[in-house]
Amino acid sequence: MSEVRVLVGTRKGAFVLTSDAKRRRWDVDGPHFAGWEIYHLKGSPADPNRLYASQNTSWFGQLIQRSSDGGKTWEPVGNKFVYDGVPGTHQWYDGTPHPWEFARVWHLEPSLTDPDTVYAGVEDAALFRSTDGGQTWQELAGLRGHGSGPSWQPGAGGMCLHTILLDPSDPRRNFIAISSAGAFRSDDAGKTWRPINRGLVSEGIPDPAAEVGHCVHRIAMHRSRPSVLFMQKHWDVMRSNDAGESWQEVSGNLPSDFGFPIDVHAHEPDTIYVVPIKNDSEHYPPEGKLRVYRSRTGGHEWEALTKGLPQRDCYVNVLRDAMAVDSLDPCGVYFGTTGGQVYASANAGDRWAPIVRDLPAVLSVEVQTLP
Amino acid sequence: MIRVVLPAHLRTLARVDGEVALDVEGQTTQRSLLDALEARYPVLRGTIRDHVTQKRRPFVRFFVCEQDLSHEPPDAPLPDAVATGAEPFLVVGAMAGG
Repeated sequence: MSEVRVLVGTRKGAFVLTSDAKRRRWDVDGPHFAGWEIYHLKGSPADPNRLYASQNTSWFGQLIQRSSDGGKTWEPVGNKFVYDGVPGTHQWYDGTPHPWEFARVWHLEPSLTDPDTVYAGVEDAALFRSTDGGQTWQELAGLRGHGSGPSWQPGAGGMCLHTILLDPSDPRRNFIAISSAGAFRSDDAGKTWRPINRGLVSEGIPDPAAEVGHCVHRIAMHRSRPSVLFMQKHWDVMRSNDAGESWQEVSGNLPSDFGFPIDVHAHEPDTIYVVPIKNDSEHYPPEGKLRVYRSRTGGHEWEALTKGLPQRDCYVNVLRDAMAVDSLDPCGVYFGTTGGQVYASANAGDRWAPIVRDLPAVLSVEVQTLP
Repeated sequence: MIRVVLPAHLRTLARVDGEVALDVEGQTTQRSLLDALEARYPVLRGTIRDHVTQKRRPFVRFFVCEQDLSHEPPDAPLPDAVATGAEPFLVVGAMAGG
């Protein structure tokens, strides 16, 4: 019988939640790396027992942990992230040049085919890759070397590369997103990159045709249709039908089109999920009602999913990496909140229940569907 | 034998209990002591000082004989009390944050 493993990164450690395919009763294992910020942990599609975790504190810096037994035990691997060549500068918040400085790993994306290959999205924004199971890391410097790097500017959370999408149909094609530079695509396995932000409109950018400077919060794709991308931007939910060449707004009837995560149903490429947040200065749900919104039409038309979610006095946030889906049927949807709840729906969002209620603030949620 | 006291998170990471005892070749300085510490426990590389610049991380401090030596040059000799093992070299995480 299938099993589901939910990997939860929090402000104070990592947790591994497991259930059988019914997804009613859960075992909670953790905290792993107690007291450390775990921005992200994720399993290898090629070997589900191979997990990678990003462990960090401001005091002692960055560590990468690796598990070969599905998260029961861990070993630290390489933590040396050195920018290629002379890193140069990007813009600081006040517009002045600021040296590129490594702060942390926001996102780890294991290869679709090789358990020893894993990508790391870091702050200050850059993409690294390891091909030896995380022991050593090399920057894919063509991204920062794209030419627009000196004009990139951090968002409120730092200048982070937070999203990495690997195209399952073309191993040379990868997508990444940076706050607040925008989305980029490589068609040559990460050697060179170009911005894919045409159609994005962001207040505060004087040039509406600016190719970088957009605060992309998250992008998502369905593996059966990798040229269709969905984006939750600082404001606006967007869709691209041409691998990012152009974007159209699909916010439709959402109560707010500000938010962080966006994800796609495992079996329905046009069913997508977002969690609207009131606005960019009040990071909690509108009206104190925690609502996931689902569109079954790839955007424009949205329905509120509320059953089992608090519909009063709720002022948590759901961060960009804190939503995921399993691949069971019906599709399971999961998200974590800054209030420490991890909610699960075993029926594509129709009804929700908390797996846990009182974890530290949740930074990331990933799901593995195991045979 | 040099004695080093690590903060709790780094003891967990290095899988040690209590103090660490190190042999340091040559003159005992911050640099030679940390080189010896990292050679014994490679997992600590990058957690106390930067991988490349070798500068102390901002929220890490070094105390010896009730003195803060964090801003001393890394190649300055440490007090004899450390070199002889009479007093430990304390690696301290700054008290800040939550």
